[in-house]
Amino acid sequence: MSVRQSLLAILDQGPCYGYQLRSEFDRRTGSTWPLNVGQIYNTLDRLERDGLVDKADIDADGQIYYEITAAGSAEVASWLGSPVVRTAATRDELAIKLAIAVTLPGIDIAHVIQVQRSATLRTLQELTRTKNATSEPESSQELAWMLVIDSLIFTTEAEVRWLDHSETRLARAAAAGFAAPLPLSTDVPKRGRPVKQTTGASTTVPGDSMQTGPASS
Amino acid sequence: MTEHPLLRLDGVAMQYGSGETAVTALVGVDLEVARGELVAIMGASGSGKSTLLTIAGGLTQPTSGEVIVEGNWLSEMTPRQVATLRRRSLGFVFQDFNLIPALTALENVSLPLELDGWKSRRARRAALDALAVVELSDRATHFPSDLSGGQQQRVAIARAVVGGRSLVLADEPTGALDSTTGEMVLRMLRARVDAGAGGILVTHDARHAAWADRIVFLRDGRVIDEAAARGVGSLLGAAS
Repeated sequence: MSVRQSLLAILDQGPCYGYQLRSEFDRRTGSTWPLNVGQIYNTLDRLERDGLVDKADIDADGQIYYEITAAGSAEVASWLGSPVVRTAATRDELAIKLAIAVTLPGIDIAHVIQVQRSATLRTLQELTRTKNATSEPESSQELAWMLVIDSLIFTTEAEVRWLDHSETRLARAAAAGFAAPLPLSTDVPKRGRPVKQTTGASTTVPGDSMQTGPASS
Repeated sequence: MTEHPLLRLDGVAMQYGSGETAVTALVGVDLEVARGELVAIMGASGSGKSTLLTIAGGLTQPTSGEVIVEGNWLSEMTPRQVATLRRRSLGFVFQDFNLIPALTALENVSLPLELDGWKSRRARRAALDALAVVELSDRATHFPSDLSGGQQQRVAIARAVVGGRSLVLADEPTGALDSTTGEMVLRMLRARVDAGAGGILVTHDARHAAWADRIVFLRDGRVIDEAAARGVGSLLGAAS
């Protein structure tokens, strides 16, 4: 998890206390993913449990400093040296929405795509304006913030490109004549959670599987 | 008195050829560009984006509809008057820069002013100012072949805005540039527009269109939708 590794990487520069870690994290990521102090202390507890940090001095204000252990430093090096693996199967609401929409009758899928594209482009415009309002980076803190904005911009752009691509694909499918809606299958799955039926209740017929008999209530 | 928009397209349609082989490029397009406004035109290949730009720039006459530049109805003007208006009010930026190879950066930028009757010294001074805006003062005496792609495009932007030209028409201006250089060019285009010009940016790239205030979508020659920008910073907590 990147919060754990990020805090550890910051601690690799020198001991910090919890609130200080939060501000160091924000300073580097432009407060894009704000952390609450509770999250920081929970993470520090787990890092301590795992032998990656130790409690160090307590200052005059009673702040407890944490310092990284040798195992912690090794973990930072390993994190920076290995790729971030994104799980391919993360559910994407938009992809699911389009996949379902394309199988339904009477849906103007081009409109669905256009509504989304406009919204995504507005997000992209807003990110770009934020970027334009930020001058060219002149410090590593500004540079870090610019990298974060760029990442958000490129991710948003990717969605627009995918929408463009989907639109072309759908147009081709429509021209080829196989973009027809997908009716409910008559081959209904045998498993499921059937309603308990009392004696004499009507039997369920294919296509009526969503209905329940009066006796079931 | 209400100020004219810099550019207004009123029911613009364009058809190439006639009869069964006729190709419709634009259908009833309405569009306005105000001062300080950058409008992006997006659409797939063949959607009519570039045709729209050449019509807006008075390079092509529409089959029907009106093009009004700074209150001037192009349909009521002679070709010579249109050419003069184009020279004085419009600047073009193309994907492949279109600089004259035998002229220096400074001469490329001052040429349109000299063609317009400016005295050479005055034209050169205005050209130097325009090159300074795109941060190329130190390259004024270089020929295009001695400049990088990004620098050539910045010269093209200087040429497009020199002498107070008010409307910049850019057709895929970043198409031949790498991502970071392209962004620098757009930043400069944006700055010229923020300083009071107006612009149309034709692009198929969403990341570039996002520099505009409004994004107009074309499909099969029709405007199908429009996205306007929200304010800055509501997405990101601390746009510091």
